[in-house]
Amino acid sequence: MMVAAWRALLREAWERSVVFTQFICFLNVFSNHVAEVHQCLGPSMLPTFNVSGDILLLEHLSSKFEKVRPGDVVMARSPVNPNLVVCKRVLGLEGDRVTVLPTSSRGHVKQVVVPKGHVWLQGDNAYNSTDSRHYGPVPYALIQGKVFYRIWPPEGWGPVLNRQP
Amino acid sequence: MRELAGSVWLLIKRVMTGAVVGVTISDRFECVATMHGGSMEPTLHSGGNEPFGYLKADLLYLDKMSLRNYTFSRGDVVVFRSPLEPKMWLVKRLIALPSDWVTVPGTYEILQVPKGHCWVEGDNAEVSFDSKSFGPIPLALLKGRVTNVIWPPSRFGHVENRLPEGRVLSQNRGTSTYS
Repeated sequence: MMVAAWRALLREAWERSVVFTQFICFLNVFSNHVAEVHQCLGPSMLPTFNVSGDILLLEHLSSKFEKVRPGDVVMARSPVNPNLVVCKRVLGLEGDRVTVLPTSSRGHVKQVVVPKGHVWLQGDNAYNSTDSRHYGPVPYALIQGKVFYRIWPPEGWGPVLNRQP
Repeated sequence: MRELAGSVWLLIKRVMTGAVVGVTISDRFECVATMHGGSMEPTLHSGGNEPFGYLKADLLYLDKMSLRNYTFSRGDVVVFRSPLEPKMWLVKRLIALPSDWVTVPGTYEILQVPKGHCWVEGDNAEVSFDSKSFGPIPLALLKGRVTNVIWPPSRFGHVENRLPEGRVLSQNRGTSTYS
């Protein structure tokens, strides 16, 4: 009768919520540990990425297994603001000697040796990018993942390539 | 034979689901970790270097909710990734937050913690490898707050928030207070 129908409904609702929760957990684990979609805003990676925000695919496996190489585009937590994720290119790993472009047209080119456990990040748009030239070398552990594909805008669909400086 | 394969498959599915839910919870909410090294004595003990020492090490209960907006307090015991070895996780006490002035022990220096960074020190100052050696670390390296010790049962309890006196000058909304 009525009670039995309610019971069946509640049971089905419970089973569906369990499956839904498991699915959400799976998505969570996948996006934190394997790959996720992220947006990159701002002028610091022109001409590679647009100012208004490109949508990128990010994979976490390269940074976990220390396979990040100079020339890769990575997303990292900013050392000056832990709530901000920045998108830059890796210029050098620990021990590398990197040639650092000036921050404005009046500056000079410098050479820096990257300390242990850190990387040097620089935006492709050298004159309009806040990066390691401002906040110093960034600890490797702040790197969230490597950007490997762009999926928006549609005309920009394609792999994001490693570019040696 | 088919029944055996069927129940093995069911077991695998259950384990995978449990693992996925477990990883989600340990990433976002709470997590458990073992203690190594003597840098946080007497607050936290590690097992020592004997073969099964890790069985006697303190098991720590971490809270990850404070990672939401990086709301940590001075005096919290925190877990973070080492700025010099990306695979190593360290546990120390957070002494100073961004814009605080902190006295560097062993010298007469006072240095200001830069924006987005913090100063961490181990309770056992002689053997601790901490901000005295590698300087202030970005807050983004922090991965959790140690709230409790849950093993061994004799050391079960809350890990206190404790700030050493006279080390930090903090400026809160224009007023400065020594703590």
